[in-house]
Amino acid sequence: MKKDIILCGVGGQGILSIAAIIGQAALKDSLYMKQAEVHGMSQRGGDVQSNLRISDRPIASDLIPTGKCDIILSLEPMESLRYLPYLEKDGWLVTNEAPFINIPNYPETGKVAEEIGKLPHKVVLNVDKIAKELGSVRVSNIVLLGATVPFLGIAYEKVQSSIRDIFGRKGEDIVALNLKALAAGKEAADRLL
Amino acid sequence: MNKQLLLGDEAIAQGAIDAGLSGIYAYPGTPSTEITEYVQQSPVARERNIHCRWSSNEKTAMEAALGMSFVGKRSMVCMKHVGMNVAADCFVNSAITGVRGGLMVVAADDPSMHSSQNEQDSRFYGNFALIPMLEPSNQQEAYDMAYDGFRFSEETGEPVLMRIVTRLAHSRSGVEAKALQPQNAMNMEGSDPKQFILLPGIARRRYKMLLEKQAGLVRASEASPYNVYADGPNKKMGIIACGIAYNYLMESYPEGCEYPVLKIGQYPLPEKQLRQLVADCGEILVLEDGQPVVEKMLKGYLGMGIRVKGRTDGTLPPDGELNPDIVARAVGKDFKPFFMPSPIVEVRPPALCEGCGHRDMYTVLTEVLRAEYPTHKVFSDIGCYTLGAMAPFNAIDSCVDMGASITMAKGAADGGLRPAVAVIGDSTFTHSGMTGLLDCVNENTPVTIVISDNETTAMTGGQDSAGTGKLEAICIGLGVRPEHVRVVVPLKKNYEEMKQVLREELDYPGVSVIIPRRECIQTLARKKRASKK
Repeated sequence: MKKDIILCGVGGQGILSIAAIIGQAALKDSLYMKQAEVHGMSQRGGDVQSNLRISDRPIASDLIPTGKCDIILSLEPMESLRYLPYLEKDGWLVTNEAPFINIPNYPETGKVAEEIGKLPHKVVLNVDKIAKELGSVRVSNIVLLGATVPFLGIAYEKVQSSIRDIFGRKGEDIVALNLKALAAGKEAADRLL
Repeated sequence: MNKQLLLGDEAIAQGAIDAGLSGIYAYPGTPSTEITEYVQQSPVARERNIHCRWSSNEKTAMEAALGMSFVGKRSMVCMKHVGMNVAADCFVNSAITGVRGGLMVVAADDPSMHSSQNEQDSRFYGNFALIPMLEPSNQQEAYDMAYDGFRFSEETGEPVLMRIVTRLAHSRSGVEAKALQPQNAMNMEGSDPKQFILLPGIARRRYKMLLEKQAGLVRASEASPYNVYADGPNKKMGIIACGIAYNYLMESYPEGCEYPVLKIGQYPLPEKQLRQLVADCGEILVLEDGQPVVEKMLKGYLGMGIRVKGRTDGTLPPDGELNPDIVARAVGKDFKPFFMPSPIVEVRPPALCEGCGHRDMYTVLTEVLRAEYPTHKVFSDIGCYTLGAMAPFNAIDSCVDMGASITMAKGAADGGLRPAVAVIGDSTFTHSGMTGLLDCVNENTPVTIVISDNETTAMTGGQDSAGTGKLEAICIGLGVRPEHVRVVVPLKKNYEEMKQVLREELDYPGVSVIIPRRECIQTLARKKRASKK
């Protein structure tokens, strides 16, 4: 088993929380994992990405080579396109369709959708909308994680338990909200597949 | 097997705690910050009373760590690569004094300048100071090296430099911890009671001792478990892979490398293994993430000896960090893309947060300067507010090193520039701005210094700022006239007042300090969330 995942979005959207949850679940599954993340200046509203590698064999590089990524998981549609050269032939793109526009030259949203549409394997969801319906736009990242579970190679229950571990100290309400977000994301993806 | 998921930085911190650390000293700097933060949050560290407060800068941190070593206890000092320049005075001399308690210096280099101003390689500093160095290739090694490094430092009597790079510092993996060791008791008995008094006569003697140690350090490197020679069938080329570069190489060879590989994790370089590699192989490829330190040593200035390939001959790019793609090409392999880059993707640079006080400061500053003081220049500094260089502000003319805003403004004013404006953050000011301010005061130089105070070290994630609550007192104490230390609150409703204050101080032909003060919205939001819980 090997999953190389690029998580991406804009600084502050919560990609590192997703990475932490998947990482924790992988460790529980006794898998090897490496996860490279970006800290510091680039977090201030710039593009951010994290390379997450999970495998049942020891992993060499912290960074994913070109053309070897199994899943691009993106909280922002234009950002999902930034890493295409890393995507494997049969790789999946799972992305939020709600744009985060903080630059004056952001491309036309129709063009972004068109570019994403060209890919053979993709799941495109408005995770912001789903999260808002659940009561907090702050859990959009977990909705997206839920939508990625079918491709992760890690059991849904393990991801649930990892959410309990990571959000446990923030209280039962937060855990429950995040579990609901995870379920909503998974359902939405199941409907599309 | 009980593994913890740790960043490279965190693995170093955990290793140090488990090794019986008594104090960690640091000034925040990407990518080194999380080492100290981890100790600050560790229950064991609290229980053991491990010192972990932030220092004002890397020099004070280095000196305090040496003081902790002086009393026989184990100490660590951490910094980003450019922090080594600030700490260098003490760092280089600490090799001459030697240590009592184990002392580890961690330098986190940032090839590709993800959050930095240069790509300097801290291994030059280690070579220059003639001390042993460790360079982990993964998080477990980072832990192990920190865990064993203090003992090695005590055995050799020298500080040990651990050099890491961004990709290791900020990458997470499973790490297995070892048994918690007791902390050293205070102990100042040593064979040389004068070792820390670097009068020339003593320093000359200590320096000779340091030189005499070098052969032993090479033998230690030859015996080190971090320097591993792995034979390969294809002797056409031998590969030296330092630190994290080893991982990128092995990504191309999941079943083992066809060439002999010497993996380097401890310096000075292991002579025996190097000789073997050179004797066995036709040419040598050196993979190192950073500058070509090992490559140049092997090649020699005229390149007349061993055939060495790497960054100096174009086999690898001369700058930027390594990655699996670049290293694959250097060994004649290639990871090919299937999908082409999308042409519509635009660059998304970082920007000041919406609602940040620096925005209000720059809005007012640029409006007044552009309209009324067309000959102005703005010398800025290192922090979030460096982003004032970008649109829509385009507000600054320089950003060089910590504290340079004030002193460059001074030099420019000395050269006749009017008005010379400095923009510096509160934490950068106490790091390296205060001495420059004293220079200005001593000559009553006509400079207008804006200390944009968000009451935190914001860019590295909101660490304590050494001057919080003390800035006016510091400025007045250094001799700025109290009526020219002006505090404003950077909010839209205060723009007219801010402009007026700015005009008054720009017109004053002496040293002025304006302090726009409003807490960083990120730390404020975090405090609000914490109080809600």
